Amino acid sequence: MTVPALTKPRTPKRLTVSERTTESGLRVIAVRKPGVPIVEMRLRLPFASARATHSARSALLSDSMLTGAAGYDRAGLAAAVQALGGDLSVGVDADRLMVAGNVLATNLRPLLGLLATVLNDATYPDDEVATERDRLVEKLSMARSRAGVVASEALSHRMWGEHPYTHSLPQPDAVAATTPAQVRKLHADMVRPGRAVLVVVGDISPARALDQVEAALGDWTGRAPVGRIPALPGPEPSPLLIIDRPGSVQSSLRMGASALSRTDERYPALQLANMIFGGYFSSRWTENIREDKGYTYGPHSRIEHNVLGSSLMLDVEVATEVTGPALLETLYELGKIASLPVTEAEVDSVRQYAIGTLALSTATQAGLASTLSALAAFGLGLDWMIEHPRNLAATSVDDVSAAAAEFLAPARLTSVVVGDAQTITAPLAALVPVTTEP
Amino acid sequence: MSRPIKLPSPAFDLTHHTLDNGLRVVVAPDRSAPVVGVAVLYDVGIRSEPEGRTGFAHLFEHLMFQGSANLEKLEHFRYVQSSGGTFNGSTHFDYTDYFEALPSNALERGLFLEADRMRSPRITEENLANQLEVVKNEIRVNVMNRPYGGFPWIYLPSVLFDTFANSHNGYGGFEDLEGATVEDARDFFRTYYAPANAVLAVAGDLDPDETLELVEKHFGGIKKRRAPKRPSFAEPRLQSERRATHDDPHAPIPAVAIGYRVPDPVGDLDEHLAHVLLAEILSDGDASRLQQRLVQRDQLVTDIAAYIGEFGDPFDERDPTALTITAHYPDAGSLEAILRAIDEELARVADDGLAPGELDRVRTRLISVLLREMDAVLSRTLNFAKFELIYGRAELIAELPGRLAAVTEDAVRKAAAELRPDRRAVLELVAGGAK
Repeated sequence: MTVPALTKPRTPKRLTVSERTTESGLRVIAVRKPGVPIVEMRLRLPFASARATHSARSALLSDSMLTGAAGYDRAGLAAAVQALGGDLSVGVDADRLMVAGNVLATNLRPLLGLLATVLNDATYPDDEVATERDRLVEKLSMARSRAGVVASEALSHRMWGEHPYTHSLPQPDAVAATTPAQVRKLHADMVRPGRAVLVVVGDISPARALDQVEAALGDWTGRAPVGRIPALPGPEPSPLLIIDRPGSVQSSLRMGASALSRTDERYPALQLANMIFGGYFSSRWTENIREDKGYTYGPHSRIEHNVLGSSLMLDVEVATEVTGPALLETLYELGKIASLPVTEAEVDSVRQYAIGTLALSTATQAGLASTLSALAAFGLGLDWMIEHPRNLAATSVDDVSAAAAEFLAPARLTSVVVGDAQTITAPLAALVPVTTEP
Repeated sequence: MSRPIKLPSPAFDLTHHTLDNGLRVVVAPDRSAPVVGVAVLYDVGIRSEPEGRTGFAHLFEHLMFQGSANLEKLEHFRYVQSSGGTFNGSTHFDYTDYFEALPSNALERGLFLEADRMRSPRITEENLANQLEVVKNEIRVNVMNRPYGGFPWIYLPSVLFDTFANSHNGYGGFEDLEGATVEDARDFFRTYYAPANAVLAVAGDLDPDETLELVEKHFGGIKKRRAPKRPSFAEPRLQSERRATHDDPHAPIPAVAIGYRVPDPVGDLDEHLAHVLLAEILSDGDASRLQQRLVQRDQLVTDIAAYIGEFGDPFDERDPTALTITAHYPDAGSLEAILRAIDEELARVADDGLAPGELDRVRTRLISVLLREMDAVLSRTLNFAKFELIYGRAELIAELPGRLAAVTEDAVRKAAAELRPDRRAVLELVAGGAK
């Protein structure tokens, strides 16, 4: 019996995007996508700052934003959102503040009303901010008790030094020193529509949704100051950093390097090269160290896109006793793909995978809203979603091999391992120069 | 604020068919996007593992990806991904699932891949040895090397339940896993992976008649085998409180898990739904009872959650199932105060009832969450298969909004009244990583 061939692909329904920039400068993108009677909302506000206090203040702002607003205490606001069949949440990173929500489609208008109340009149009550400050300190300590978080922070530091991207997770003492007044001031300064983008996707009429947004958020005005953020440094080659976590039964290996942004014409080639190396289950890295050798549950290699630059990021957790052999195989696969051409079959496979998974991830309301919101930060939109598969289709095997040679070369990766130093240092030092000093 | 609530009810076009070999099939067209989901659920999970073979159902799940009648090792993954699709599998207490999300032009390929391993997976010494290492590394990354790893789903059942089936470590001890043999795996396959012990769901961009023909073509030839008779795993409610501790070497602050045995989710569905709503009233969002009391007012805990089903899905298990409350808290000395506050809040619901509008807003949100979950083709497919397997009716998922709307305040109060201190199992996580 033979494996059935693929039949003729069906073209997805053309989505139409309606867009409007309000008087206050808020860019609103609305897409009708029926399916379930829900609307997804993503409000993205640029939130980068070079100030040393910013990471702690923005994290506390994010955690306290929904703890009170004109006419609502914390529980009252949450109850009002819940009664609509809705949800609001706030998250922050070094680039942006994200207010995300979803609601029964018939209740979009009242949810926008509550959103406006928060944006205009969040109160940050002293006692609520104090509660969230204590919780944030505990949550940070729980996060940093994970080897992977320690490794990622160390890798960022090694790649980018004291750049704000290194400090997206704040230090507990900085959080403890943050006052409610400072959080309120940060909101007043930076929670402004001027350069913000709101994406609304779901079972809606886009024209009506745009009107509803404009009516609800009409009083929200102003423009956040554009702070000067230093450029992202290009990582310098350095020895492998070993961070001791005594008794660890696994070692957490993280490797990183600069990569290309989506707007670069060679990006499709790099995306495909990364997939062949370690960006999907059928990759060389996974087939080698998981399916052949059983060193790990699974390695991952991905390209992360931040406003100031894109990065190639590798992560894998390997059993302590095979940490050396796992690094050996990782360096072998990197060296191989950087030195020898990839095959036509490999490129065909990742091409279909890249095209198919883009379609799958944007086939849901939530997935489409998140994708459009992320793309908007880079000046990209639905056009990119349509053109990118064509660009992937037009990328040649030679293009992919060239991108691999340039970007996946092991010599250009910065590396960190968190694990039981006593056991793993000698085997790692046999392969590459190591250091224990950050 | 009391306004009449209008709750949307989803409509799905479901076709049922049972093949001669006993495989139950559910087909659900939705042509809005050119994607399909394919899911096979086998009626065997952690609870059916033999003694001395903890973690075997999950280890076996891995073996189902290692090649089959017509496919070499690695080919399953490659065929799915080079078609532009994704795949996975997961092991639950009462079932094991295998699934793909694919562009709709790969529908027949997806059916072929599932049929091929239902016919005969390639269970070899080499594949077993390799996947044993992979599974041990999965347990290391998710449990042993991670703070709060496996808490509480691996550890609470041993306090809350009595029989081996319900109380053992579902990820498995390394000794048991290392003792597993190829012969064990072949037996397990012969016993539990019969077509008559499985449900196949296919949903998305498809034509139901053509799809059923393809299903017949690929699955129809698989030999009929008798489905095993599933024993009852039910256990009565606890009569006195149980306590235990669990040492976590990496956790920086303590945590607690409190489990209660709750009614049969299938046989007593309405009572079950009252418990589901109660869990939401207790911990969904900043307006919920336990968030307000323990996080905001008393500041005893960093976070708190109440949920039904060991993995947080209230429709994932047959009898028995549990309502679990978990919390992380900074002060190791505050456990008794935390338990007291939870008891008081449960008693408040039971004795004083709910605030005006409280049940309606929680119900509205829960229905919205259920609807949202049905948007992605794969989760829709898995839900149809799961409701067909556990409840015998995929249609039930469309009826849930109506069933939830019929749950009364009294039913929720009664559910709360059952969660008494003498009926709970308390597992305290001792933070070995505290600084």
